[in-house]
Amino acid sequence: MMFHSKRATALAALVVSAAMTLTACGSDDSGSGGGGGGGGDATTVTFLPKNLGNPYFDVTARGGEDAVKDFGGTFDQVGPQEASPDAQVQYINTAAQQGVNALVVSANDPTAICDALDQASEAGTKIVTFDSDTDPECRDVYISQATSEGIAKAQVDLIAEQIGDSGEIAVLSATANATNQNAWIKMMEADLKANHPDIKLVDTVYGDDDDQTSFDKTAALLQSHPNLKGIVSPTTVGIAAAARYLSDSKFKGKVKLTGLGFPNELREYVKNGTIDAFALWDVEALGFLAAYTAKALVDGDITGKEGDSFKAGKLGDFEVGPDATVLLGKPTVFDAKNIDEYDF
Amino acid sequence: MNETLTRSYPDYSAPLWRRLLLTRESAVIVLLVAVIVYSLVNVANFDGPLTMTFLLLDTMPILLIALPMTLVIVTGEIDLSVASIVGLSSVLLGVLTDAGWSVPAAGLTALVVGVFCGALNGFLVAYVGLPSLAVTIGTLALFRGIAVGLLGTKAVTDFDDKWTNLATDEIGETGIPQVVILFVVLAVLFALLLHFTSFGRGVYDVGLTAEAAHFTGVDVARTKFLLFVLCGVISALAGIYYTLRFGSARGDNATGLELQVIAAVLLGGVSIFGGRGRLHGVIAGVLLIGVIASALRLEGVTVNVTIIIIGLLLVASVVSTSVLDWVSTQTFRRKQPGKSHTSTPVGVTKEGRS
Repeated sequence: MMFHSKRATALAALVVSAAMTLTACGSDDSGSGGGGGGGGDATTVTFLPKNLGNPYFDVTARGGEDAVKDFGGTFDQVGPQEASPDAQVQYINTAAQQGVNALVVSANDPTAICDALDQASEAGTKIVTFDSDTDPECRDVYISQATSEGIAKAQVDLIAEQIGDSGEIAVLSATANATNQNAWIKMMEADLKANHPDIKLVDTVYGDDDDQTSFDKTAALLQSHPNLKGIVSPTTVGIAAAARYLSDSKFKGKVKLTGLGFPNELREYVKNGTIDAFALWDVEALGFLAAYTAKALVDGDITGKEGDSFKAGKLGDFEVGPDATVLLGKPTVFDAKNIDEYDF
Repeated sequence: MNETLTRSYPDYSAPLWRRLLLTRESAVIVLLVAVIVYSLVNVANFDGPLTMTFLLLDTMPILLIALPMTLVIVTGEIDLSVASIVGLSSVLLGVLTDAGWSVPAAGLTALVVGVFCGALNGFLVAYVGLPSLAVTIGTLALFRGIAVGLLGTKAVTDFDDKWTNLATDEIGETGIPQVVILFVVLAVLFALLLHFTSFGRGVYDVGLTAEAAHFTGVDVARTKFLLFVLCGVISALAGIYYTLRFGSARGDNATGLELQVIAAVLLGGVSIFGGRGRLHGVIAGVLLIGVIASALRLEGVTVNVTIIIIGLLLVASVVSTSVLDWVSTQTFRRKQPGKSHTSTPVGVTKEGRS
């Protein structure tokens, strides 16, 4: 009994294991097309968003891929399932191992991924951050979608106009650690205090960039603040979920909603009167510019020094500003009149 | 020992090489080597100098916690709260250093809190007699709640480079992180404890039949209590490492890590029903999952596929054990009548499967 059981167990474990290795190998081979290794002359650019399956990063990737196709490089997008810094570190490490020419990252934490980025830098990879920056010393260049002041002001102006410059408002944000949402909220608070004394920001809630959580938090906000006149959601996931809730509720049109959103996701709500107007930068252009910046770094056209300039394909010329930052431009405001002109 | 018993025993056991090589643990090690060799040949950049460094750094928290977790699962219990203790210890380290404490002082406090966390689990399981599954689901939420509550939505990131470097520094130019030394020391201590002490034999006895263990003089409650305490303190240690490795103390650090630890322990040949499993198999199991994940990432396979493959591997490994036990039981029953070599020798119980 004793050795029979053991031997049989061991044998079968080996058989099963071998089968599993083969299965693993199978998917290895099928996936190898995406692995943009260090060989060849083409510039390899890997996009590493906060997480995969986020529509925002699908659009930036589209822009990035266009740009890479433009200059004849190899494009790849990888990322973790959940937007956490430790999961992101593993992908940065992988990029360093592969020796990709440039890594284009949206950081889940400004500091936590720094060591990994430094290691990738030492291995010769150029680091571009976009969307969410790291500490400046951890990357070569940051692509800013718009100045934080510009974004914060655009949203405050929109909500102030929509609620008649007085009353209670609330913020529905992304995750509590999101670098840029937190910066915008801080600036919105300052702007409100200075220029709109009659508007009171009564609550800030976090939908974690999850549709259902954001939906539930919207419902909770409206219940706990009966006098609420407006909601600002500086995240595309949040505003879409909030719009869905509002448009089916008695608050539709009465509680104003604005923030940052995709025209494609909010078109229906703009047309049915849930949303008057909202803002966003050209997301596709952001990815496009990030990829071209990566290319310029790899080619040595720029080093990240203030005043360096380069040409980003169809977008034209850009200049590196202070703190090695490249600015995309001003946010666009979408309303019933112009929304049909945009497709992202 | 009675003469008759010692004389008859070798007739009933397999030769030494077979007992050493044809085990579940060896199967996992062989598979690990096979996957490494396959990856070295077929996966681009897997043979690079950074692969092993990153692999060890990434799997270190799992390796550390897998040590006490193995012992806990061998007794037939489980600890689901380990990742929350990692989170709590990480937050404590952050909050205390932020308040001006030195890293060693803050780390020591985190370890002490880890002991208390483990003691709470152990007390409820061993002395109150509650099922560990229920208790540790509760403390999973409790410890995580305290962690997130303490630090709120912030992250503490300004740790002295001296300490964060310690978490990632290599031994000379070998590419092996220094933290591996800590792990090897702990692994040797745990191996000695489990495989070479009477306490360790008691751990297996408790897992096989707690009642019988009690009658042979094993203090079942104390054994379980101590193991949960060990789980708590090692998880806190993993939390300190995790914090310094990423230079970031956050309430949500290491969320979901408990499942990776338990998956690796089961893959390494530890029976979820208790009573069976060895540490070298577990260590190979952790590394196996790490190597597969690393190779798939290098191949550009998306994270979802990786999770599916590891999930299948785990299910297959658990199923294979059960199916094989059933097959060998059937074989045993068929052969029993008239076959002398399968009948039980005097003084050796049929259930005495080690």
